[in-house]
Amino acid sequence: MPSICIYFQVHQPMRLRGFSAFDIGKSREYFDSDKNRFYLERVSRKCYLPTNRRILELISKTDGRFRFSFSITGILLEELERGFPKVLDSFRRLVDTGSVELFNETYYHSLAYLVSEREFREQVKLHREKLWDIFGVKPRIFRNTEAMYGNDVARLARRMGFRGIVAEGLSHVLGWRSPNYLYTPPDSDIRVFLRNYKLSDDIGFRFSCREWPEWPLTADKYANWLSRAGGDVVNIFIDYETFGEHQWQETGIFDFLMHLPQEVLEHEGLQFMTPSEILKAKTPVGVYDVPYLTSWADVHRDLSAWLENSMQQQAFSEVKALEPLVRRRKHLLDAWRKLQTSDHFYYMCTKWFADGDVHKYFNYYETPYDAFLNFMNILTDLKSRVQKKPKPSYSAPNNKPGYYST
Amino acid sequence: MKVLMLGWEFPPFSSGGLGTHCYNITRALSKRGVDVTFVMPGSSDDVHSDFVRIISAGKQKLIKVGVSLKPYLPSLPITAARNSRVSNDKVYGYGFFEDVRRYTEMASQAVRDVDCDVIHCHDWMTFPAGIRAKEEKEKPLVVTVHSTEFDRSGSLCPNPWISDIEWKGMYHADRVITVSRYMKNQIMERYGVPGDKIEVVHNSIDMGRYSKRKIRFGLDEKIVLFLGRLTLQKGPDYFLRAAKRVLDNYKSVRFIVVGTGDMLPQLIDSSINMGISNRVIFTGFQEEIDDYYRMADLYVMPSVSEPFGITALEAMASETPVIVSRQSGVSEVVNHKLSVDFWDVDELASKMLGTLRYECVRREMGSNGHREVSRMSWLDVADRTMEVYSETMKCHPAG
Repeated sequence: MPSICIYFQVHQPMRLRGFSAFDIGKSREYFDSDKNRFYLERVSRKCYLPTNRRILELISKTDGRFRFSFSITGILLEELERGFPKVLDSFRRLVDTGSVELFNETYYHSLAYLVSEREFREQVKLHREKLWDIFGVKPRIFRNTEAMYGNDVARLARRMGFRGIVAEGLSHVLGWRSPNYLYTPPDSDIRVFLRNYKLSDDIGFRFSCREWPEWPLTADKYANWLSRAGGDVVNIFIDYETFGEHQWQETGIFDFLMHLPQEVLEHEGLQFMTPSEILKAKTPVGVYDVPYLTSWADVHRDLSAWLENSMQQQAFSEVKALEPLVRRRKHLLDAWRKLQTSDHFYYMCTKWFADGDVHKYFNYYETPYDAFLNFMNILTDLKSRVQKKPKPSYSAPNNKPGYYST
Repeated sequence: MKVLMLGWEFPPFSSGGLGTHCYNITRALSKRGVDVTFVMPGSSDDVHSDFVRIISAGKQKLIKVGVSLKPYLPSLPITAARNSRVSNDKVYGYGFFEDVRRYTEMASQAVRDVDCDVIHCHDWMTFPAGIRAKEEKEKPLVVTVHSTEFDRSGSLCPNPWISDIEWKGMYHADRVITVSRYMKNQIMERYGVPGDKIEVVHNSIDMGRYSKRKIRFGLDEKIVLFLGRLTLQKGPDYFLRAAKRVLDNYKSVRFIVVGTGDMLPQLIDSSINMGISNRVIFTGFQEEIDDYYRMADLYVMPSVSEPFGITALEAMASETPVIVSRQSGVSEVVNHKLSVDFWDVDELASKMLGTLRYECVRREMGSNGHREVSRMSWLDVADRTMEVYSETMKCHPAG
């Protein structure tokens, strides 16, 4: 029977301030600390704190046999450190149990891979250092933003020292093969962990959907499905916010979570493993060949959620073009990188807008056009600051007009 | 199903949303097999229509009445301007109230022998006639409120005689239809109409007339369009103030104001005072408005209170991006637009600037907006209206 490999993505974007065209050039703040605090407080109360508490309980109840992984973005860790130390502590306690593995990703949950290799490497390094500082952990598995994956990403991750990488298990790449095995890319020995999208989405999307014939989903039913899934490893990769925020407490998601480990462990041969343990225990069975870029977003599973329409493309290409200039203005590097966060481009997506689905639900802008204009106002302001000549270092501190004239 | 419909404008005797609505809804209803008899003031000679029977209420006598029965004079952009018989010095002409009374008399006589299952009135001037028809025929009455005296007066000094008739009409009606949720809230709040008596049926658009093909303006400049009556309700003064803010930051743009109204002299003055008169074109009333939509790079509707705002749909049908006031019905029904609170001139100017600066945002909003309105149909409006008819016929003691 397969091992169960669960990984939770934990991320909150830095939401932007309402930035009018008339704010450009006035050195206003870009990020809305009130709004970020508001959302972070809410998600902590509804998801992070209650779920962490329950999972800690589960780990001790199962004597550490409930094992899983987290990928927590750098910008979230930074915000938790700054304003929510209790929440950060609850994550730390989980990692300290030894049952939890941490993944490495880009610090900013960004599209850095598409900016430049240098930028990508630096952001991955920043995240790595953050994980070391906070948790004292050195990750071996890499996940790119929104599971953005291709042969080149895998090769680069291997060169950076990673042993495993996360990807979406796409039927059109796999063909007749099952996602429930380890694979390698064509020209590297890094192990690819393929998300089982069917079983993952059963929890992430369909859990509370009453039109779904399988509703209500119970822990023993799900454990049964897992036991019959076949293969070496079933990868269940979902957003951590599924618990309590995407699926509200009232849907029974916490009861499901609380009973799942027990139900899984009751099946003989079924067990939880972290990716590093799987690396040792299992060998790859074939080649997963993706000569382009895929992701786990929307139904298209490509980059179209962030970079499809002309607004997204213009916004991103202008961010990208700023790289050489920003590198000479170190104090603006962080703001520039925060603008690379994928969420900003997701808000500009018009693909599904009229249908009012998830894009609209997660969007704090009225429309994608508002998202674009606000982003561009901020970017234009950043650009003007980047292009400004640095202040001459010899200028007197109190350099008022007429200071030297007598 | 037989419907007796009382209206006061019908293309080409049309000054805006109401006429468009009546024309399209009678057409769609007749496509659905409903037998509509439409009563309107004035002569029917100019109305070319083979799908609706039009009774001119007292043809000979009412020509003058029909001409005067225009509540927006002299600010009417379409019909009023070409009618020289109307004195231009008062919003409601001296004989106007008398005309409404006479319309009620004439219309009541004209419909005496008309057989119907339901009576449907559009806006207050037809309400007294509708109430009387209901009493005489003992048939259910449906009234559609396209705007209220509060909207038209920009909430300043609403005429109590008119708002009283409005209240009576809604009181006597079996069901009230509004063209937006925004409007529904207004009449619940201001006229105390219970919410469960009100049905929201949004306006729609007939795509056939509009072309996506852009018309290039002679000069290499962007065009921002305002189109509507120049009255407090439509917010043209906010448009000009935003234009000033935009021009401080963006030079190659021209603002076109289409329409006329009592604020025209004041608007011209203020454009001179703000020093932007060389950048603002006042066209006055125009018959062919479609070309303006096609010429514009951006359409702005900054209304103080807009029951629906069909012009925004017309702009979108021409693939022109739109910024609409949040105090409007249309902002409820379309997604692919930008919206602002009408009083927030800075926000409006900021969004105008952004839209002018980025070609990509105009392209996306234009094409997505076009796709969005092309899915709309007046047949849906007819279906929803017929549901309302059926409900009242079910409940009415006489029906």
